[in-house]
Amino acid sequence: MRLADTLRFARDAAAGYPVRTALSVLAMSIGVAAVVILTALGDGARRYVVGQFSSLGTNLVIVLPGRSGTGGFNPANAITSTPRDLTIDDAASLRRLPSVRRVAPLAVGTSEIAHGGKLREAMVAGSTAEFIPIRNFELAQGSPLPDEDWNRGSSVAIIGAKLRQEIFGTEPAVGQLVRVGDRRLRVIGVLKPLGQGLGMNTDELVIVPVSLAQAMFNSNTLFRILIEANSREAIPAARTQSLELLKQRHRGEEDVTVITQDAVLATFDKLLGALTLAVAGIAAISLAVAGILVMNVMLVAVTQRTGEIGLLKALGASADTIRLAFLAEAAMLSGVGALLGYLLGQLGAFALRQAFPVFPAYPPDWAVIAGLSTALATGLLFGVMPARQAARLDPVLALMKH
Amino acid sequence: MALIELSGIERRFLLGDTTVNALNGLDLQIEAGQYVAVMGPSGSGKSTLLNLLGLLDRPNAGSYRLEGRDVTTLSPEEQATVRSRRIGFVFQSFHLVPRLTAAENIALPMMLAGIAPAERKQRVAQALTDFGLDKRADHRPDQLSGGQRQRVAIARATIMQPALILADEPTGNLDRHTGDEVVHLLEALNGQGVTLIVVTHDPALGARAGRQLVMEDGRLKHDSAHAPG
Repeated sequence: MRLADTLRFARDAAAGYPVRTALSVLAMSIGVAAVVILTALGDGARRYVVGQFSSLGTNLVIVLPGRSGTGGFNPANAITSTPRDLTIDDAASLRRLPSVRRVAPLAVGTSEIAHGGKLREAMVAGSTAEFIPIRNFELAQGSPLPDEDWNRGSSVAIIGAKLRQEIFGTEPAVGQLVRVGDRRLRVIGVLKPLGQGLGMNTDELVIVPVSLAQAMFNSNTLFRILIEANSREAIPAARTQSLELLKQRHRGEEDVTVITQDAVLATFDKLLGALTLAVAGIAAISLAVAGILVMNVMLVAVTQRTGEIGLLKALGASADTIRLAFLAEAAMLSGVGALLGYLLGQLGAFALRQAFPVFPAYPPDWAVIAGLSTALATGLLFGVMPARQAARLDPVLALMKH
Repeated sequence: MALIELSGIERRFLLGDTTVNALNGLDLQIEAGQYVAVMGPSGSGKSTLLNLLGLLDRPNAGSYRLEGRDVTTLSPEEQATVRSRRIGFVFQSFHLVPRLTAAENIALPMMLAGIAPAERKQRVAQALTDFGLDKRADHRPDQLSGGQRQRVAIARATIMQPALILADEPTGNLDRHTGDEVVHLLEALNGQGVTLIVVTHDPALGARAGRQLVMEDGRLKHDSAHAPG
């Protein structure tokens, strides 16, 4: 039999039993749709978290005061167990490292910001001119913090978009004086609106020179030091070099923790990638179930069409022809089901994206390909047995059952 | 050379723990172009003989030569080819595929044999005209009368231009009038040189054949070709 004829014959045979055909197509499509939607969810979560971390900045190395890892016994700890604080000079010293492009010290606290009778609470970040490029922030208006001696802070501030709107309304903000805590600062810039970024809402942030922030909060320590490495490849070097330098400066005591954004990102990436894979595996079970359903439907078809199979044999159909015809039918059921499921899944993912615009619920390519090919493979695999059964039928007995 | 040469054919079935000899040491020769009626009571082995001649069944012993070629030793695939090219079947209950139209049913053997669609179309059109079915080409079997269905079945059996037509009670499900029509059709085909073997219970139909075989208990009880006188 010609291939086109085989396919047409199989199609007509499937169309001849609309209910069972529709049911097995539905089962297969639900399986594939489940794979597509669930992996879209899993991968969407991964992208979301990775995106959030990436928005922190590029090639970022972060220094935290204190040790977080459990190390061996350090004789230095026996004498001084209190960790040395990070200072502005620590941060400044890191600028000399070859693998480092930019360094920004960061001191944070909350304070009040007031202007023209309006007052509200705001988070104050004390840093330097480099803070904005390191964190990938952008200015909507005005100029960045002055590039000055880090220990001499001018009385200036950059405010977030929401603060500007709430305090100044439609008035121009740049050049105005505001009161932050007990100081009067001149607004020199306004940040572009960015939205939420890992717990720190930049739209409600006030950025001031680092020494000013320290004076405001009456402390001489830093919350973090942000380092931008020269390149992605330079991140490990920047990490070890800065750790080494700070250890030297702290009299040989390793009392800081250096984390790289890359490592955190890779961990989350791996974790959520594994989650997506696990979810895809669970969804694949429904594909196997659908495959078994296709097999069941095809077995019923063989029983239902015993007489027809006998007739085809009498008319000169070889066992191969009959096997192929039934296999083609099984492949069609699962193929159409897979295609329909793919469309359903994409539709579901689209609906998810519409409902939660911040959540990038796109199914990964590998999941779509794996889902579709698993559907086709199970359909064919489970189609083999019924097809062989049909081909093996004794024509005499088969004809008698007509 | 005879078209069909059977010698020492045995066919046994196992029914429970008893063995039934459906065919028992059967020797038979049928010349090309003959019109043969096979008669006999139920269980005499008529249908088994027909299935064997149609290569739907294999004998337990003996040899079957079709057109001089031993066909019992052929592989199933080769037997399927022989069925496709040399043998046409007509059944009592027509055996049309219900979801296919009359034209598609007639074309089925050609489709299975892999004949090109253009040629199929032309041959089906010819057959529909020959069998008076041109107005019924797009009807499904359930939209056809019994006589029309059997005409479709005969058109299907002859579409591959076989040398041998095997008809199992071709008029069994038809009234006398349409039954006669169908018989005339088959006899016309025989007139064109096709060997026709009809299995029937109907003595009137059997009597029309040029040669009558009567079977009993898996043996030939009577063969008009070798009858005394």
